[in-house]
Amino acid sequence: MISKAEENLDQPILDIRNLVIESRSRKARQRLVNNISLTLNAGEVLGLIGESGAGKSTIGLAAMGYVRDGMEITSGEVFFEGTDLLRLPERRRRHYHGRRVAYVAQSAAAAFNPAHTLIDQYVETAVVHGVRTDAQAREEAVDLYRQLGLPDPETFGNRYPHQVSGGQLQRAMVAAAMACHPEVLVFDEPTTALDVTTQIEVLAAIRRTIRNHGTAALYITHDLAVVAQIADRVMVLRHGNMIEEGDTSQLLETPGEDYTRQLVSVRNLHKEATPAGDTVLSIEAVRAEYSRGVAVLDGVSIDVEKGRTVAVVGESGSGKSTLARVITGLLPPTHGRVSLHGKPLKPALKDRDQQTLQRVQMIYQLPDTALNPRQRVRDIIGRPLQFYHGLRGVALERRLEELMDMTELDRHFLDRVPARLSGGQKQRVGIARALAAEPDLIICDEVTSALDQLVGEQVLNLLLRLQRELGMSYLFITHDLGTVDAIADQVVVMRKGQVVEQGAKDQVFAPPHQPYTRELLDSVPEMDPGWLDRVLA
Amino acid sequence: MMTSDKHSNRPVPLGNHQGQRSWWRKLARGMIEAPVSAQLALVVLAAYLVVILFAPMLAPYGEAAVVGDAFAPWSPQHLLGTDSLGRDIFSRMIYAARNTVGITFAATVLAFLIGGAMGMVAAVSGGWVDQFLSRLVDILMAIPLLIFALLLLMIFGSSVPALILIIAGLESTRVFRLTRAVAMNVAAMEYVEAARLRGEGMLWIVRREILPNILAPLSAEFGLRFCFIFLLVSSLSFLGLGLQPPTADWGGMVRENVMLITFGQITPLLPAAAIAILTIAVNLVVDWFLNKTSGLAK
Repeated sequence: MISKAEENLDQPILDIRNLVIESRSRKARQRLVNNISLTLNAGEVLGLIGESGAGKSTIGLAAMGYVRDGMEITSGEVFFEGTDLLRLPERRRRHYHGRRVAYVAQSAAAAFNPAHTLIDQYVETAVVHGVRTDAQAREEAVDLYRQLGLPDPETFGNRYPHQVSGGQLQRAMVAAAMACHPEVLVFDEPTTALDVTTQIEVLAAIRRTIRNHGTAALYITHDLAVVAQIADRVMVLRHGNMIEEGDTSQLLETPGEDYTRQLVSVRNLHKEATPAGDTVLSIEAVRAEYSRGVAVLDGVSIDVEKGRTVAVVGESGSGKSTLARVITGLLPPTHGRVSLHGKPLKPALKDRDQQTLQRVQMIYQLPDTALNPRQRVRDIIGRPLQFYHGLRGVALERRLEELMDMTELDRHFLDRVPARLSGGQKQRVGIARALAAEPDLIICDEVTSALDQLVGEQVLNLLLRLQRELGMSYLFITHDLGTVDAIADQVVVMRKGQVVEQGAKDQVFAPPHQPYTRELLDSVPEMDPGWLDRVLA
Repeated sequence: MMTSDKHSNRPVPLGNHQGQRSWWRKLARGMIEAPVSAQLALVVLAAYLVVILFAPMLAPYGEAAVVGDAFAPWSPQHLLGTDSLGRDIFSRMIYAARNTVGITFAATVLAFLIGGAMGMVAAVSGGWVDQFLSRLVDILMAIPLLIFALLLLMIFGSSVPALILIIAGLESTRVFRLTRAVAMNVAAMEYVEAARLRGEGMLWIVRREILPNILAPLSAEFGLRFCFIFLLVSSLSFLGLGLQPPTADWGGMVRENVMLITFGQITPLLPAAAIAILTIAVNLVVDWFLNKTSGLAK
């Protein structure tokens, strides 16, 4: 144990110096974190921000003296109140974990044991570390649940993880991490997996609680707007290197580096309305059910016009993706109908002919599961060309190259399998596959939500360009109102299977709002440290 | 498999043969890096293969030729002695490799063709097709395998085609179960949905979208299934309902010579050892393969 006498007040609580972390594999060593130094003072929140692969999570774990399998800290020190965690034997280091520095993971559902109640899992840490007795810990748990704004704090802890919502579970995990009153908390994307409206609640609860307790925190996220609400200082990372570090408001106002500037200006994409054209797709009073009598969609009517984009927005469970299944015929509607160019479509997929199928194409959310890992890009994009247009030989080759150029992909990628492409490139292959069919309508199902923000923006730009050049129509399903402004002409707001509001984008986004639209609009984080205060006020 | 296009009417152009060459290099490197147990097993399998391929050249006498006295002891003329009819046991051991392994291999391949195809069809179709096939398999699996096989062999007789068909049919239920389970996981993927939305037929979806993605677990199962079928064939022969004399077969040879044990001879144990060694070797190779494809091999 460290004697408190040695503790110097102006000494940072966490001091990471020249940290280098490499991944070990038989073939090559790769540097994941390159010479990073950071300090964290007591009660301070430092935001770590960057795209995937920036090394944020690796640094977050290293702050606890831990590295994942296959990685190795090759040099550097991690001082926790003057003790180098990396030099400590494993057994002594464990005294710090949970007790003095605790970790909050992205997926609370995966972090909790489904077989035990929430409060039992809270109490366990405190008791095992000998910080509190069982009774004390239970009392404190209730208190923390109350501070975190959880419903019925007295009995909340008696529930099992599957009995509470995602946002509540995430807060329960924050509570569990604070069980031993650690001096430092490491948050690894705690709100990323949540719905936008839930994200605010959780973010506000986390901020309030760590401020009350004076806990220092490393807050890891890919979303600069989120980190702006909570962090005193922000460090921008890219490919394991530090790009820039500074005071939050100063960094947002006067970013010093190009990369930071790009991150700050993300979400500023805005699309001017395209003039109306012929109606391509028309959905009339559609009702759909998964089980008899339970409507997932009810009374939904939407028109998509040529060359325009209709954005369907709503939280998870609002029926947005079901709408796509109805249009494509995977889930025949029980009432209403879907027509393409004024001609009604057969409700079920198996009754539709090839020509109809060709006209509606889909782009999926997760490029990893949307592309067959055993096929090469050539086969993935080439198949619709053969299947619908009967292309072969030289004509096929030429068209393949054309599509690669259109989606801004290198022609060499034709002979690669998806595993050898980045997330953004895979999504482009998905777009190219949809384009290959030469459809009238493309349904985009959350196409940017699995991508880094900058990459997602490039994909949006590509979709916009293709729309301008080819007059493509999109039905754009998303939960993120930020992307709606970037791509939509018309907006449809959905909730619990029903359309809450629809119309031209400017009209829906301008006051007066429907209450639910207001809530959604308010929940889009802005690049402004005062945003959360304003929304909560 | 996934890169061959022989069956497609409009083949995708396949430019590079480099992929195949690097595949061979990968295989060679994989073998060098394999654990000692797997390397040893591969050597054993290679030895069995040589014996199977060159049996007539390796065996000093014919398969069913009576060449000496009954129950002659081990000698330079008859390395492992002779059996009750005076046939050379060493020669029969060599021919038996051919017969037993050959029948097992044929039955395994057939079981995989039937079970694999049915399993994938069930997974892709779902609904009543899946229900029908799955329940049928449940019923077949409820009857003890060996008893069922004995019963069918009694009815249809122990000819080689009947033996292969009956064993393949029974074992295909096991293959069906596994194939259906792994194919279900793949069928839920969006790329399969994309193929469906494109209007692809069942054959394309099964062959091009699903099969390449379940090849690894299926090949491992092929090895394990081979062992089980091999043991089943041997058991049937030992019980007298498998391969019929004078065809040599390891299971049958144990039965024919079992009385020698009472004289303190180990000769009847040698065919049993041949069965055991092959089974263990195949298992070791499968273990290694499974570790490798599941990313556990360090």
